[in-house]
Amino acid sequence: MAEDVLKSGNLPENPERATLEGRNKFMGFWFFLGGETVLFASLFGTYLALRNSTVDGPTGQEIFGLGLVFLMTVILLTSSLTSVYAMYHMKNNDFKKMQLWLGITVVLGFAFLGLEIYEFVHYVNDYGFGFTTSAFSTAFYTLVGFHGAHVAFGLVWIISLMIRNAKRGLNLYNAPKFYIASLYWHFIDVVWVFIFTVVYLMGKVG
Amino acid sequence: MSTTADKKAGFGSVLWDYLTTVDHKKIAVLYLIGGLFFFILGGLQAMLIRIQLIVPDNEFISAQFYNEVLTMHGTTMIFLAAMPLIFALMNAVLPLQIGARDVAFPFINSLGFWLFLFGGIFLNISWFAGGAPDVGWTAYAPLSLFSESHGVDYYAIGLQIAGFGTLMGGINFLVTVINMRAPGMTYMRMPLFTWTSFIASVLILFAFPALTVGLFLLTFDRLFEGNFFDPEMGGNVIIWEHLFWIFGHPEVYILILPAFGVFSEIIPTFSKKRLFGYSSMVFATILIAFLGFMVWAHHMFTVGLGPIANSIFSVATMAIAVPTGIKIFNWLFTMWGGSIRLTSPMVFALGFIPTFTIGGMTGVMLGAAAADFQYHDTYFVVAHFHYVIVGGTILGIFAGIIYWWPKMFGTMLNEKLNHWFFWLFFIGFHLTFFFQHFLGLMGMPRRYWKFLSDQGLDLFNLISTIGAFGMAFGTIVFLINVVMTQMKGEKVSADPWDARTLEWAIPSPPPFYNFKQEPLVRGLDPLWVEKMQGDGKIKPAEPLGDIHMPNRSFVPFMISLGLFIAGFGVMYQGAMWVLAVIGFGITAGSMLHRSLKDDIGYHVHKEELEEEGDGSNG
Amino acid sequence: MKGWISRFKAVMALTVLALILSGCGEPFLSTLQPSGEGAAKLLELIILSFVIMLFVFVVVMLIYIYVVIKFRQKKGQEDFIPKQVEGSHALETLWTVIPIILLLILAVPTIQYTFAFEDMSPEVNEEGEEMDQIWIDVTGKQYWWHFEYEDLDITTSQELYIPTDRRVNLSMISDDVIHSFWVPAIQGKMDVNPTGNRNEMFLQAEEEGVYWGKCAELCGPSHSLMDFKVIAVSPGEFEEWVEDMQGVTGEEEPETDTALAGQESFEENCLSCHAIGSSPNKVGPNLTNFADRDKLAGVFDMTEENLYEWIDTKGEEMKPGNLMVSAPYDLEEEEINNIIEYLMTLSPSEVTPESADNGVYIDSDLSDLFPEEEEGEDEEESDEVEEDEDEEE
Repeated sequence: MAEDVLKSGNLPENPERATLEGRNKFMGFWFFLGGETVLFASLFGTYLALRNSTVDGPTGQEIFGLGLVFLMTVILLTSSLTSVYAMYHMKNNDFKKMQLWLGITVVLGFAFLGLEIYEFVHYVNDYGFGFTTSAFSTAFYTLVGFHGAHVAFGLVWIISLMIRNAKRGLNLYNAPKFYIASLYWHFIDVVWVFIFTVVYLMGKVG
Repeated sequence: MSTTADKKAGFGSVLWDYLTTVDHKKIAVLYLIGGLFFFILGGLQAMLIRIQLIVPDNEFISAQFYNEVLTMHGTTMIFLAAMPLIFALMNAVLPLQIGARDVAFPFINSLGFWLFLFGGIFLNISWFAGGAPDVGWTAYAPLSLFSESHGVDYYAIGLQIAGFGTLMGGINFLVTVINMRAPGMTYMRMPLFTWTSFIASVLILFAFPALTVGLFLLTFDRLFEGNFFDPEMGGNVIIWEHLFWIFGHPEVYILILPAFGVFSEIIPTFSKKRLFGYSSMVFATILIAFLGFMVWAHHMFTVGLGPIANSIFSVATMAIAVPTGIKIFNWLFTMWGGSIRLTSPMVFALGFIPTFTIGGMTGVMLGAAAADFQYHDTYFVVAHFHYVIVGGTILGIFAGIIYWWPKMFGTMLNEKLNHWFFWLFFIGFHLTFFFQHFLGLMGMPRRYWKFLSDQGLDLFNLISTIGAFGMAFGTIVFLINVVMTQMKGEKVSADPWDARTLEWAIPSPPPFYNFKQEPLVRGLDPLWVEKMQGDGKIKPAEPLGDIHMPNRSFVPFMISLGLFIAGFGVMYQGAMWVLAVIGFGITAGSMLHRSLKDDIGYHVHKEELEEEGDGSNG
Repeated sequence: MKGWISRFKAVMALTVLALILSGCGEPFLSTLQPSGEGAAKLLELIILSFVIMLFVFVVVMLIYIYVVIKFRQKKGQEDFIPKQVEGSHALETLWTVIPIILLLILAVPTIQYTFAFEDMSPEVNEEGEEMDQIWIDVTGKQYWWHFEYEDLDITTSQELYIPTDRRVNLSMISDDVIHSFWVPAIQGKMDVNPTGNRNEMFLQAEEEGVYWGKCAELCGPSHSLMDFKVIAVSPGEFEEWVEDMQGVTGEEEPETDTALAGQESFEENCLSCHAIGSSPNKVGPNLTNFADRDKLAGVFDMTEENLYEWIDTKGEEMKPGNLMVSAPYDLEEEEINNIIEYLMTLSPSEVTPESADNGVYIDSDLSDLFPEEEEGEDEEESDEVEEDEDEEE
């Protein structure tokens, strides 16, 4: 009986919630995201309190380039969409297509991360805007960096899931794992929307 | 994986059993041992504090050491004693009360314990590495940045590790309650201890991330030249206070709500009456938790937030007295008309009611914003929070330990010694803390290494120290009782207290799969319902069948160990960075192992269960 | 049963004892014996909240005692099954509504007082005129306090002189960690923060006296030794003190040769941190009226032995963690004795802590201290406006 969950094919409609373990994972992960929300809320609060504390360092208005950030936003939003496609194919029990869309998600994720690293390097080299420059810079790198670290973690997670299950396909045991990884990816995306608004748009407008 | 074969196992295999267990009952034992160890450690630190303050101008310990001791006393008692002891009770009882075979995430449950333990050990290593943290358990910036030794780094990283564990424990219990209840166990039939633990878990989930962030900011400032709290660089020290208390105030309710739950189990059992106003008790619990998030700034009335903020937080704080009052009266009226047996858990409950009422009184007094200008940071506050935390949480924890001891270990603590423990501890407690209210009003601020002789503070400080010895003797009696009881090893029946809830329907201690057949719950206080309306046995909800169980795992230990090692690398940096690489490597590797290796558990087969005889749950 | 009665008796005895003892506390330190407007109002609020809460406690205890005595299981009743009562809406409503009413009764004055305590507008005298305000900049430092009297051009440390005829307004900031300024007998406390807002608070003493002040926020090893004094004197005496202090330049030469030598050593070794006379230097405590101090370093008796030990050891053991230990000086025994002799001449005024206790009351409206009243205030206001602009930039 226990081994049944490892059989692929003939899955029910919502394979991620077909087993008790799956339902537990599903619900537990939602709670985890609730906690993550408080984590980011605290970071946003800190950032808002310090966004004008630039001392002698550059201000956000001086350094933020909206073009680059807009591109990053588009990329991450698209990756969220592609992960939705992946979950759609999971529910249709089409493992290959799911892997394909997850692969696209991962590529987009890497593109986002690459641009973010480029952005940081650019700030440090061209503006002398490092982690220790001012309270504002510390708060900026902490908030955006925490998000970046979440993206990196998500990439490792999804890739390892894809590789682990590449040969055996979808089953009741790994379906919840794929599903919560995609939930996590959406969450990262939502956080980024807030970062885009609060940090970049509000920072640029003043 | 085998079940009964472990009975006469050697030390090594028992150790391995506990290192790898994912059974909530064994994890409860681990939490209990860990929590009691740190409780004794924190208690010894308390004794040092009281001995230092026994006479004016005392030079018993140095100012620096005193600050370390007071910091570690607070930190240890809150994070490493009270929290794990509460988790011990939750683990031991909650799944049984809802008729579950296990918690929702046995693996994460075990991970939570090991993170707590390694975090606690990490924090305490500071004693041997140049000095413990010396800035108070609140670690206000910028004092926490001024502190020169690595003590505060140990504090930040140690609590970070332990905090992850707590967060995971919280999520685990949330899902357990929502998804794992037995047939018929509706929300409004859940025992109050389950309810309060559930709500406390909600609080953990939303409060601990604020601490996580606060500790990260502190770590960045201390170890990576961040500027969050550095006024020179535009930082703002008040951010820490907000983050700390956004966590810290709900934390108080995380500690007290499960204790309320314990008493809400004990009082009905020993009054032979159902809990008076069950639904209003549930409602009051939820309301307390909700308001608990709205009042953090009452710790900051003197910070200068302005009269508007102070007034709002003041009124919100007073509002919490209403649901708390509802609870007190409901307990009183549960006893009203009952048949009260003065067993030791009940005596703890009876000691709790007046003590906690006094703590609540002073709580409302403290909540009156302007008056707090006099109370704030004095011994009045010290007295207040010891009345609620010791008078509430600690009495609750010990009442719970004594009450559920038979269920956890299958033996019964000696009642006579329990009463001795209670009276020594209780009288000692009031001697220690009652007079501290007056010390505060008479002008003694808290966290004072010494007080001077010409200020009229001598007598009450002396009484307070004498009382502290009473508490210490009481605790010693308890420990003796534990040792004697376990040496004797006299077994007790499934239901030695004539109790009401589901956990008493299965043997003491329960088999590793808890319920042979899922129980059918037919009302609030299911066992009592069956005692009154049936044959005193819980009806099964399913035929005897295979039981799915989780596999044991060493991975949680390794994940925690990795973070523990990495902590040193992050702190000492330089050549020690290699430790961070090794530590994070171990953690990441263990997580990857967990993620990639299938772990689908195993089944206990029907035939094995039948062999064990009587298939009933009674 | 017997246990409960004896316990009850014990509780009663303790309560009586506590009531007797609660009158205790020293008048210069206790919040229960207020000598100032702030502390008196706060005590009113404390008593109001205490009485309300005591009422609740008594009700709880009456029910509690009745229940525990009346409903204990009697012998032979072991099988008695009490009625399983579900609850009572009437009762539950009762103990929800009554506490709400009680809390409302408490909440109204609480809010009033909370606002009143942050109102820093000028007081009005009997003739309906606004009185001149005295503003003092308070700086908290590890482990001492620094006071600058705005507009009066006086600087002092550790001992704050105030007149008894009016409120004195404090504007407080810290130079290092968070401290908290508390003079229990005359006013509640307020945190002294290193960033953000300068906290403001008024001090008012109804009676002359030396009141003890304390630091109430953990600030390091010598947190418990960060005492200071508020010396409340009659307005006439205060005026005299101000004028005497204003006259000090720091150049005054002492009479004896040894003290003169001491002054020289002092200037060489100490002056870079310790100022005499009005000076912005606040690395270490200002010593203008050092010889008049009630206590050395806030807590020690003002004896030559203590002073010698302090200078000799830089206070290392006396006030652990104090920053003077890093002072580079290295003095011979004789030099220290000379410095002590010099320091003991620093007594610019007849008005000292003893003036607060000697029963002499000299009246004054302090108008001499504020000669150009209107302009002075205008200037102050314009200063503030500029500061605000700075912050906005």
